[in-house]
Amino acid sequence: MKRFARHAIFYGVLIAIWMVLAKLKIWPPYVFPTPKGVAESLWAGFADHSFWIAIAVSMKRMLLGYSLSVVLGMVLGLAVASNKFLEETMGGLLVSLQSLPSICWLPLAVLWFGLSEKAILFVVVMGSLLSVTIAMETGRQQMPKIYGMAGRNLGACGFKLFWYVLLPASLPFILSGLKQGWAFAWRSLISGEMIFVSLGLGQLLMMGRDLNDMSQVIAVMMLIIAIGYIVDGLVFKTIERRLQHKWGLAPA
Amino acid sequence: MTPNPAVQSSLARDDRRPVHSGSSRWKADAGLAILPLRHGGAHGVPKVSLKGISLSYKTNHGSRLLALDNINLKVKAGEFLCIVGPSGCGKSTLLHLIAGLQQASLGNVLIDDKIVQGTGTDRILIFQELGLFPWLTVGQNVEFGMKMKGLSKTERDERTQHYLRLVHLSQFKDSHTHQLSGGMRQRVALARALATEPDVLLMDEPFAALDAQTRDLLHDELERIWAETGRTIIFVTHNVREAVRLGDRVALMTFRPGRVKREYLIDLPRPRVLEDITVAKSAREILDDLREEINKSLEEEYGPKEVSA
Repeated sequence: MKRFARHAIFYGVLIAIWMVLAKLKIWPPYVFPTPKGVAESLWAGFADHSFWIAIAVSMKRMLLGYSLSVVLGMVLGLAVASNKFLEETMGGLLVSLQSLPSICWLPLAVLWFGLSEKAILFVVVMGSLLSVTIAMETGRQQMPKIYGMAGRNLGACGFKLFWYVLLPASLPFILSGLKQGWAFAWRSLISGEMIFVSLGLGQLLMMGRDLNDMSQVIAVMMLIIAIGYIVDGLVFKTIERRLQHKWGLAPA
Repeated sequence: MTPNPAVQSSLARDDRRPVHSGSSRWKADAGLAILPLRHGGAHGVPKVSLKGISLSYKTNHGSRLLALDNINLKVKAGEFLCIVGPSGCGKSTLLHLIAGLQQASLGNVLIDDKIVQGTGTDRILIFQELGLFPWLTVGQNVEFGMKMKGLSKTERDERTQHYLRLVHLSQFKDSHTHQLSGGMRQRVALARALATEPDVLLMDEPFAALDAQTRDLLHDELERIWAETGRTIIFVTHNVREAVRLGDRVALMTFRPGRVKREYLIDLPRPRVLEDITVAKSAREILDDLREEINKSLEEEYGPKEVSA
């Protein structure tokens, strides 16, 4: 309750400052919207379903793109971790590629796939694939060797060894990488949608700009923050907490 | 120590458990697996034999180090063999070789006179660090090997229950391993190994990290379980008393390269007690031989001058 009160006070003050600044009319309302205008935009967006549709479209792309990069990243990461040659060569390439913002892939993606869903999926995958791959690679290396040996000793090999032993054993080590991958994918998706017009939250944001409707821009920004926060706070935190409980690790 | 053999006292304990009816049915159906195998097996064929096992590997300096040198050992079915030696003599490595987790440079491991390669559930190793899976419950850990073998769910459940009862951990089936004490974790590892029903149980200093009381208790338990299940056990330890307490035979290994220096037949009545004078006497004899090897290992570590004999 105390925690809630502190949050309420903080956000109350923040909104109050915003309101006062807007009331002072230093900037015209189309540059600096009032909290009320933003709230109305939010309401209107949900009322005419445009926000719901945008969320649905964006989330679908996220789920598809993210699951693809998790599967690919795990395979790639394992391959790199278990092969000396690949580790030396591809390992370095992966790290250097990570410094490239994934939106840089968009021109190529448009050229290869056209103005299609595939192009945006490609950008999302490129955004998170490297994080997942690197996480899997380091996770595989950090994971105590004893689990793999114990698994083999008890008759697990090949895919069974990977699925029942190596994967769960490395999970605590790759979870932060999976989380980072999600965050990168989310950023890539929104930037992709902003540049390349086709439904989704990013496009809604740009539409606000085109219509000079800053209330809508800020409303969509809030949505993007909220969704990112909810996924991180609910999905990943829950997985993390469960893992810590199972493994007996002290809650961080 | 109670005058009763450990075997009987433990069976009496089991009888009082309400879930016993299920277990006895299981014993009747598939009980062969836990019948003593001690006097069974093909005539004269050792359960495990090591023929000319050598292992050498490249060190970081590029030179080759001979870790194990021409090891020859035979273990009868149902025998309890203890291997002792100074740390660094390669006794753990030897177990890894038998388990098939590592490959010997020379020589063969034979089970029932057949050369084995790679891992197999006929030989299960209990690691020094146990290697219990923290993401699984106690029951799931015990079940793991059977699941890999592809046994049906009902059979797995029955056997899991049976082996958990054997190590007195039935109530902890749904616990996670980190919630258990060190001694209990040892017993989970034992149950997990036994549940795959291996012919040979390989144990790598399993009780080294335990306090003395827990260790004594586990010695009794292991002796009882060995008597009940009739498994062949190869038990590695650096503790000579422990080896004499448990083993039918003790093999002493030399320090680098590891060779079998001598074998001792321990012909003391069971159940034995660690503090018993006869155990101490036998241990004394082995310890004198071992001390030589320990001095060698200390010389290598600290240089010859600082070692006082």
